[in-house]
Amino acid sequence: MRSIDWKKYLFVLVITVSLFGTALYVSSRLNDRRIDEIRSIGDQISIDILSSETQFSLLAESSCKDLAGQSILSKEINSLAEKLSYTEERLGSDNPEVIELKRYYSLLEIKDYLLMKRVSAKCGTKPITVLYFYSNDGACTDCEKAGYVLTALRERYPDLRVYSFDYHLNLSALRTLISIFNIEPRLPAIMIGDEVFYGFTPLEEIEAKVPELAESLATSTSTSTPKR
Amino acid sequence: MPPFFGELLPHILIFISLYFEVFLLVTFFERREEISKESPEPKAFPTATVIVPCFNEEKTVAGTLDSLLALDYPKDKLAIFAIDDGSTDGTWKVMQAYKDHPQIRLFQKENEGSKYKALNLGLAHATSEIVGCLDADSFVDPKALKRIVLRFENPETMAVTPAIKLHQPKNFIQMMQRAEYSFSVLIRKVFALIGSVYITPGPFSFFRKSVFDTLGPYRHAHHTEDLEIGLRMQTKDYRIDNAHDAYVYTVAPSTLRGLFKQRVRWVHGFLENALDYRQIFFKRRYGNLSMFILPLAVLSVFSALYFAAYTLFYAGLTISEKVTEIRIIGLTLDWPRVATDWFFLNTESLMLLSIALILITFALLVTGKAIGREKLLSRDMLYFMVCYGFVAPWWLLKSVYNTAFSRKTSWR
Repeated sequence: MRSIDWKKYLFVLVITVSLFGTALYVSSRLNDRRIDEIRSIGDQISIDILSSETQFSLLAESSCKDLAGQSILSKEINSLAEKLSYTEERLGSDNPEVIELKRYYSLLEIKDYLLMKRVSAKCGTKPITVLYFYSNDGACTDCEKAGYVLTALRERYPDLRVYSFDYHLNLSALRTLISIFNIEPRLPAIMIGDEVFYGFTPLEEIEAKVPELAESLATSTSTSTPKR
Repeated sequence: MPPFFGELLPHILIFISLYFEVFLLVTFFERREEISKESPEPKAFPTATVIVPCFNEEKTVAGTLDSLLALDYPKDKLAIFAIDDGSTDGTWKVMQAYKDHPQIRLFQKENEGSKYKALNLGLAHATSEIVGCLDADSFVDPKALKRIVLRFENPETMAVTPAIKLHQPKNFIQMMQRAEYSFSVLIRKVFALIGSVYITPGPFSFFRKSVFDTLGPYRHAHHTEDLEIGLRMQTKDYRIDNAHDAYVYTVAPSTLRGLFKQRVRWVHGFLENALDYRQIFFKRRYGNLSMFILPLAVLSVFSALYFAAYTLFYAGLTISEKVTEIRIIGLTLDWPRVATDWFFLNTESLMLLSIALILITFALLVTGKAIGREKLLSRDMLYFMVCYGFVAPWWLLKSVYNTAFSRKTSWR
């Protein structure tokens, strides 16, 4: 019978478990920090929107020249979308924290959209907005492709404002938005102006049907789109 | 990818790899003083025979024999058997220059397709206390035999393996192997320290002659006779030591094709012999070898294949996404965006663990270099760490395939 130094095996196990545990711990802590960062960007945007609304009310009687610029619309929404989309990819779309953040983000988008509508109505600007409805339940095979098209649109028309929504997200404000615009659950759905495109629509087709794009009248900034 | 194959399995396999690497480091540090001290002169010089099987080695055989003649060892105690194994080139002619040398004896035989018969011919004529072999494309350090003999002073030691390094690596393929050999200098030492050497490699391993008298000569053993004899000795509880300062230099394949062929022979030979000797797996009485080293050696083959498939799967996914993107919106000539925000860094546990694994592998390479008294940092380590993972899976795959479908591997 040859000897086996069990104590050494145990010692090595302790070291390995510590290494392994450290890696798991660090990874999980960094994910928590990502969630925190997203939440804090969200809070920032929330304050921005509130402030813009207040500014809008205060200046309601005055001229549009203080409002017309995009300065009152939050630019952070772009960075938030990118980070949220990345986190969703990493942690999975069924992660409760991800779902919570998505609800928050969608609400901010809707508020931003409404504020922008009010500004444009008062001041006569004609921003082009895109409402993009996707789903990541696996059934939407064309959502990835639609994401690429929207990214390309955004790059081509920097003034475009893209709002993307997970169609199946459980958020009453979103449900209302969907029912107001009569968006059917045929995804992906892209609404530009009054035109709704269902399924995958090539870039050229969108450009042909929305001449305003070429005219590039929009004065708003753009937001990013999750590739789903 | 289902969660088991995408998440749980890679974590388990990385855990085992980390465990093995930590085990190597801990064992080395336990015994580092003993490893780093200079070997004294041996007290006695047993008679020794070196068998040099040669098949079409006209270019290197003279160098091999000269290096043996230059060994710092009493001339009357060392015999060299040069065996022409039916070469079809000028090997036999080159060997004639040594025919009158008092230490050298020349043999010639028909080639029978495997090296072990040439070795057995030498064994049949050997009468010395210890016998070793040396491939005719390898060269020994003058001190090598003395350092090996020193290890035989322990009466229980039945065989001693050397530290194998590469002879003048020139191109990229050879440089990559250089680091790999440095790594195996450490592995051989650690395995010897825990009684788990299962390969007594062709270049300059020595045996007590009684090993062959008792256990019989070399066998065909799927063209890896140096592995089979190691395993056979282990089944008899024979002690195999390693002289980490007995340097022997071997010529490595210089082409990918040559390397691939050599490694398929090695790995296929290992798997076949592991099957032949499966009875020594997981038997408490065979110690570390049986409970830890051999199972891990088999697992490592499949683990490497799994990670290769894993990488290919995700690379394929990325490429197909990129292709879809180009098909939808055309080729954009933007620079790929570099994430400047920590937020987008990949800090998944698998990534962090892989980094830990790479760092420890690097530490082991440096340790191997230190044991082999080489420069601690060199280019070849980079080549090895970056490129080895791309080439090794191919010969592993072929070896597993050959083993599963019992294909014969040719010797040359």
